[in-house]
Amino acid sequence: MAEQLLKVEGLTAGAAGKEILHGIDLEIGRGETHVLMGPNGAGKSTLAGVLMGDPELEITGGTAVFDGEDLLPLAVDARAKKGMFLSFQNPIEVPGISLENFLRTAIEQRTGKRTRVWAFRKEVKALLEHLQMDPGFAERDLNVGFSGGEKKKAEMLQMLLLKPSLAILDETDSGLDVDAVRTVSKGVEEFQKDRSASLLIITHNAAILSALHVDAVHILVDGKIVETGGPELIGRIGREGFAGFEERAEDAG
Amino acid sequence: MSGEKTYVEDVDRAFYDFRNEEKDVYRVRSGLTEEIIREISREKNDPDWMLQFRLRALELFHRIEMPDWGPDISGLDMDNIVTYVRPDTARMHTRWEDVPAEIRDTFERLGIPQSERESLAGVGAQYDSELVYHSVREEVAGQGVVYTDLESALHGEYADMIRQHFMKLVPPTDHKFAALHGAVWSGGSFVYVPPGVTVEIPLQSYFRLNAPGAGQFEHTLIIVDKGAHLHFIEGCSAPKYNVANLHAGCVELFVGEDAVLRYSTIENWSKNMYNLNTKRARVERGGKVEWVSGSFGSHVSYLYPMSILEGRGAGCEFTGVTFAGAGQNLDTGCKIVHNAPETTSYVNTRSISKSGGISTFRSAVVVTPKAEGAKAAVSCQSLMLDDQSRSDTIPAMDIRTSKADVGHEAKIGRIPQEAVYYLMSRGLSEEDAKALIVSGFAENVSKELPLEYAVEMNNLIRIEMKGAIG
Ligand SMILES: Nc1ncnc2c1ncn2[C@@H]1O[C@H](COP(=O)(O)OP(=O)(O)OP(=O)(O)O)[C@@H](O)[C@H]1O
Ligand SMILES: [Mg+2]
Repeated sequence: MAEQLLKVEGLTAGAAGKEILHGIDLEIGRGETHVLMGPNGAGKSTLAGVLMGDPELEITGGTAVFDGEDLLPLAVDARAKKGMFLSFQNPIEVPGISLENFLRTAIEQRTGKRTRVWAFRKEVKALLEHLQMDPGFAERDLNVGFSGGEKKKAEMLQMLLLKPSLAILDETDSGLDVDAVRTVSKGVEEFQKDRSASLLIITHNAAILSALHVDAVHILVDGKIVETGGPELIGRIGREGFAGFEERAEDAG
Repeated sequence: MSGEKTYVEDVDRAFYDFRNEEKDVYRVRSGLTEEIIREISREKNDPDWMLQFRLRALELFHRIEMPDWGPDISGLDMDNIVTYVRPDTARMHTRWEDVPAEIRDTFERLGIPQSERESLAGVGAQYDSELVYHSVREEVAGQGVVYTDLESALHGEYADMIRQHFMKLVPPTDHKFAALHGAVWSGGSFVYVPPGVTVEIPLQSYFRLNAPGAGQFEHTLIIVDKGAHLHFIEGCSAPKYNVANLHAGCVELFVGEDAVLRYSTIENWSKNMYNLNTKRARVERGGKVEWVSGSFGSHVSYLYPMSILEGRGAGCEFTGVTFAGAGQNLDTGCKIVHNAPETTSYVNTRSISKSGGISTFRSAVVVTPKAEGAKAAVSCQSLMLDDQSRSDTIPAMDIRTSKADVGHEAKIGRIPQEAVYYLMSRGLSEEDAKALIVSGFAENVSKELPLEYAVEMNNLIRIEMKGAIG
């Protein structure tokens, strides 16, 4: 068993006075890749948001330890600096700030050092190329007018640049065309290999996973993890859907 | 760079707030009398017509009422404002090394020689009421471009040209502070660009006030002849004092046929300043004036650059940002008069208010019966950073022809919480995230400025945003 990076116990959380997560237990080791699947509205994004520190969400119980530190009291930026990263399901558009300018600010915050302009530009350019994005994206306003797929690629760009220790990908593959899925998957693979970093991949599709090594799969239904298993679960859901798991959630609830 | 202090309510301006010990050679008495005006005029060696002009303006100043329609300026005690302060430099300097060390130090902290080295054609920097430093690069002078201080130009080759244009666009009858300006104006720049000449690099001028209670009344007169191009930059930063300070400058821009003049300003007056500045442009056939304006400082501002589109196809673009923090009431805007066919205007402004600051944007578009086929588009956006702050837009339209196309849109918003969260999730502090969002909001202006000014503007935004949280 790998050294523990994230441990969530009995976590309950909600929004607007309504509980969405009803007691989550989740453990991720350093260098491991976990997959989180579940029907629409099950609470996957909510779990990701709770881990990142979404101010809209209220935590009502449980604990989360990330890299040896109590995660929940930490501010969002402190979590990021500690190595947490969330690739958003719906990345926000921020007008007036170029992608490059933003990336530079982010990396300077992450490393606490000033970047060298030219070296940094080169790195961004290489990553854009790698993700098969036009180099012109560096000058465009952050996410503004990006297509759905371009937004997801821009999230990957940030992940690859910031090199987090735990990257949560919230449906990064949805909205991507076949080739783009392959490109992103390759990026994730490299991230996985080079950094021995951990991943929590939220997805509805097996395609992005096919080339990746997966250590564990969790099925989230109605705010509860109803099953944890190996990669074989992915195929089973592909064939049978979540019907069987939903019954189980009702039994438990 | 001085150490940064963080205040909770007031903004940390330590970085820009520095001043020199006062060392005035000469200072006139406070109240405004004919005697004082004569003294000023004598001291400046004015031509006689200028003395007469000043005296008529003084009369008007005493007759015209204080404005009663805008922000409160009762804090201004005209009797106690020393109108004319001169630093310890009597002569003009064309070499940086000749400028007294103390003054040089102040300018160095404002980054002037550096920006000059970097790309600027000439520097006419005003220290208190006097032009102390001035240089024009050979290549610009070689093109026949005149860039000098207005006072000495009154005696030179261009004296008649100045006489024909001086306060013709902004007559002293306009309002009380225009009259005051006419009476006591001092310092400022004169620029003349001959027909067909394109000045490749921006000319810049850096104004600041450095003495308690001193007013500043610089006059900028720019004439861009047929088919010529110029970018002029005016930047202001003033140290902070508790005595009420007044700035009543005047800018007159004459844009010839098919000429283009861009006039950029970053104003960063200290928070006790009354900034009652008057700016106006007249644009001939096919010419264009582009205003780029960032208003950050001052206690109270009245600032409404006006463009008169006099010839067919003349155009105006106005791009502005106003940032009103605690204790600031910034009343800004612009006025455009379409007085010829097919004239166009485009106004795009942002205002930001924070910690009880008030930001009001007044736009006025006038389309006369002569202006068939005129097009005007006005877009104003406001961002309020908290519940105590206020932001208003007051559009006025006076359209006297049915054949004009005039549009107006206004939006008021707040910083989106999800955007702050998104940026913080990449490691930015809440403060930095908000500052970045505000900078992005003001990008309409920063993207129009030369890089070093855009950087300074974003620094100002960061400084203003400090302590905004909590
Ligand atoms: N801020 C909020 N306010 C109110 N309800 C919310 C909020 N956020 C999430 N919910 C609700 O919580 C439930 C879980 O939402 P969540 O986005 O976590 O689902 P998901 O598993 O990510 O679904 P999908 O697969 O569609 O992305 C949904 O019913 C959603 O409407
Ligand atoms: Mg989701």
